[in-house]
Amino acid sequence: MTEMSGADMVVQALVDLGVDTVFGYPGGAVLPIYDALYKHPTIKHILVRHEQAATHAAEGYARSTGKPGVVLVTSGPGATNAVTGITDALLDSIPMVVLTGQVPTTLIGTDAFQECDTVGITRHCTKHNYLVMDPDRLGPIIHEAFHIATHGRPGPVVIDIPKNVQVATGTYTVPGIIEHKSYRPQVEPDADAIDAAIDLIAAAERPVFYTGGGVINAGPDASAALRQFVSLTGAPITSTLMGLGAFPADDPKWLGMLGMHGTFESNMAMNRADLIIAVGARFDDRVTGRLDAFAPEAKKIHIDIDRSSINKIVPVDLAVVGDAGRALDALIAAWQDKGLKARDYGEWWRRIDGWRATRCLDFPEAKEPQADIMPQRAVKALFDATRGRDPIITTEVGQHQMWAAQHFGFSAPNRWLTSGGLGTMGYGFPAAVGAQIAHPNRLVICIAGEASLQMNIQEMGTVSQYRLPVKIFILNNEWMGMVRQWQELTYESRYSNSYSDSLPDFVKLADAYGWTGLRIDTLGELEDGIRTMIETPGPVIVDCRVAKLANCFPMIPSGAAHTDMILQPNDIVGTMDDEAKALV
Amino acid sequence: MKIKTEAGERHVLAVTVDNEAGILAKITGLFSARGYNIESLTVADISADHALSRITIVTSGPPAVIDQIIAQLDRLVPVHKVTDLTDQGAHVEREIALVKVAGTGDKRIEALRMADVFRAKVVDTTLSSFIFEITGTSDKVDRFIALMRECGLVEVGRTGVVAIGRGSEAL
Repeated sequence: MTEMSGADMVVQALVDLGVDTVFGYPGGAVLPIYDALYKHPTIKHILVRHEQAATHAAEGYARSTGKPGVVLVTSGPGATNAVTGITDALLDSIPMVVLTGQVPTTLIGTDAFQECDTVGITRHCTKHNYLVMDPDRLGPIIHEAFHIATHGRPGPVVIDIPKNVQVATGTYTVPGIIEHKSYRPQVEPDADAIDAAIDLIAAAERPVFYTGGGVINAGPDASAALRQFVSLTGAPITSTLMGLGAFPADDPKWLGMLGMHGTFESNMAMNRADLIIAVGARFDDRVTGRLDAFAPEAKKIHIDIDRSSINKIVPVDLAVVGDAGRALDALIAAWQDKGLKARDYGEWWRRIDGWRATRCLDFPEAKEPQADIMPQRAVKALFDATRGRDPIITTEVGQHQMWAAQHFGFSAPNRWLTSGGLGTMGYGFPAAVGAQIAHPNRLVICIAGEASLQMNIQEMGTVSQYRLPVKIFILNNEWMGMVRQWQELTYESRYSNSYSDSLPDFVKLADAYGWTGLRIDTLGELEDGIRTMIETPGPVIVDCRVAKLANCFPMIPSGAAHTDMILQPNDIVGTMDDEAKALV
Repeated sequence: MKIKTEAGERHVLAVTVDNEAGILAKITGLFSARGYNIESLTVADISADHALSRITIVTSGPPAVIDQIIAQLDRLVPVHKVTDLTDQGAHVEREIALVKVAGTGDKRIEALRMADVFRAKVVDTTLSSFIFEITGTSDKVDRFIALMRECGLVEVGRTGVVAIGRGSEAL
C-alpha cells in the first residue's frame, strides 16, 4: 500500500510479477511509463522498429519460455500496429499482456491526436481487455491481466492506460491469490470422463493420437506425459502444426504432421481409425479437410481446456474439458490402476506401414553440385547440420513454413515457433528476436521466405542494437510460393501478383546493418554455407537460392478429403469448382 | 455457386455478466463476429450493488450453433453464467410494447375494442390517438401490432423479451 504515480505502479506491478523483458516502442501517450522504466534497470526493454514486431517478439519469447510476453506501445498507431500480433496470439493461444498508452481521460472521444478506440478495436482479438480510468485500479488490473493471460486457454490481454492515469498518483495494491469472480477455467478433468476415455482407448483396434498446441501450452510436463501415455498404449500419433515437438519426430510411433500438408500416413490413419484421441487440438479446417469425409469410422475423444472448442467443427463422442497435461496424467494413472496393457495393433501398424511406403515426403532432385537446391533439401540440410545443437526454429508463413514442418524433426517442445492460426507473414523474424532475447546462448534460426521476411525486415536494426546472434535462412525462390502454388492448382497458372519483384540484395542489406550476409546458389555450396552460418558469431542472413517452381506436397486441396491427397506435382489439374474455390 | 444457410430454432438465453463498461459491445460483437443471430436483446442491472447485469438474448440457430453460442458466451471473462431457458424447459417470457394508433371514427373504436380483448392498457389518449401498453409473449405482441396496422398504427416501441424459469429454482 504505497502512494505512487500510475506509471510507477505499472513498472512496480511488472517487477512484482517477475517480468524481466518488455518489447515496445515509445510515443506520446506512454512517455510517463517510459520515464518510470528508465529508473528501473531490472526490466530489460527491447526497442523494436515497428509495434507489430514487438507483439511477435513477445510471442516468440512466450512460446519459447512458457512465460507471458509483455508489450508496451503508445496510443493510436502504436496500438493499431500491435493488432496483428495480438490477433495472432489469440488464434495460437499465446499468453501475452499488451500495455497501450491512451490519450488522457479528459480527451477520450474527442478525436484527439493519436487517439483510437483501443479497447473497441481489440475487443474481439483479445482474450480480455481493460481501459483503466483510475490509478487505484492499476495494481489489481495488471495482476488480474497476467492471471487471465496465463490461466485456462492462454491468450492476449490488452490494458489501455490513459496518460493522465499514468501521471496521477494513487495507491498501489497487490491482490492476493486471484480468485476471479467469473473467470474460472476448468483445469482438472472430470474423473468419469477420464474413465470413459480409458474404456474407449482400451477397446480400440485402430486408435490414433491427434495432438496440438494445447500440449505445448500445458508445459514440458504435458509433453512428457504424452510420451508416456502414447508409449503405454502403443498407438500411433500425429500432430498439428502447432503441436510439433511435443512428441519426438524420431519415434517409430510418430506419423508426422497431419492436415493439408501433412503426411499421407497420418491423414490416412485419421481417415481409417476407429478412435481418435484429440489432445489440445481444435479440428481446424487445415487439419480436417472436407468435413463430411473426416474420420468417418472413428469415435472421437476431445481433450481441451476450452469448452467452446468442443463440438465446434466436428461433433465428438466424448469431451474431456481440462488442461492437457492434467488430463494425460489422469489417463496414465487410470490406465495403470486398471492394469491395462498395450494392445497388439499389428494389423493397424501393417496398414500404416503400407501408407508410409508411399514415402510421401520424397521429392525429385538433381544431385550434381551445380544443380539447383530443392527447398526441401535445404531444410533437411539445415536439420542435419543443427542436430545436437537443440536449435529454436521460427518460420514465416508459406511454402517454406510447410517444408520446415515436414522436414525439420523436433524432439522437444518450445523449439518450434510458427504462426498457425492467423498465418501471419512477418511473424518469424521478430519471433526469433523474442526467442533469442529469452535464450541468449541458444541457436535461433528463422526459416523464411523472401516475401514474408520483408514484412518485418526492419527488425534487422533491433538485432544489431542488442547484438543478437539471430540467423535468418531464406528459402529464396523469388515467388510468394504458396500463392503461386494455389494459382497453379486453381487458376490455371495465372500468376496474378505473386512474383517477388524488385528484391533487395540480401547480402548487401546484411552489410548495411552490420550483419554477415551469405549467398548460397547451388547444391554444392549448401552444406558449407549452412556451416558458415552456424559458426559465424553474431547475426547472419543467408540468401539460399532454391528451385524457383518447386511446390509443397503432399497436399489436400481445399474442399477435398484426407484420402484425396495430391502426392506429386503431375497430379495437379489446374482448375477447381466454385465450391472448392470459395474455401480458404 | 449459391451460399447456403441452415434453418434454426429459437432459443432464449439468460446471461449474467459483470455490469461494466463495454460488456454489451463484447456480447453483441461476439454475435456479429461469429455470424450468430440476435432476434432481441434486453439488458438491465439486477443486483443491489449494481455489480451484475442480466442480459436476455433471443437467438436462433441449429442445435450445434446454439451450443457454440453458449460456449462462446461462457468463456468471455466478465460472463458469470449462461442459461438456455428454452432448453431448460418451462419458463415465462414477457415483452412490453407501446403502440400508438391515430385516427378518428370507427377505426378508433375498433382499436379500443381489440385492445380490450388483448388486455392492453390505454396509457395516453387524445381526441385522435391512443397509446396502448401491451404485455405478453412476443407472439401475442406481434398479433396485436398486426391488428393495429389495420386501425391506424403510427408508431411502435418494444422492449424485447425478458424471461425467467418457472418454479422455485433460481439461476
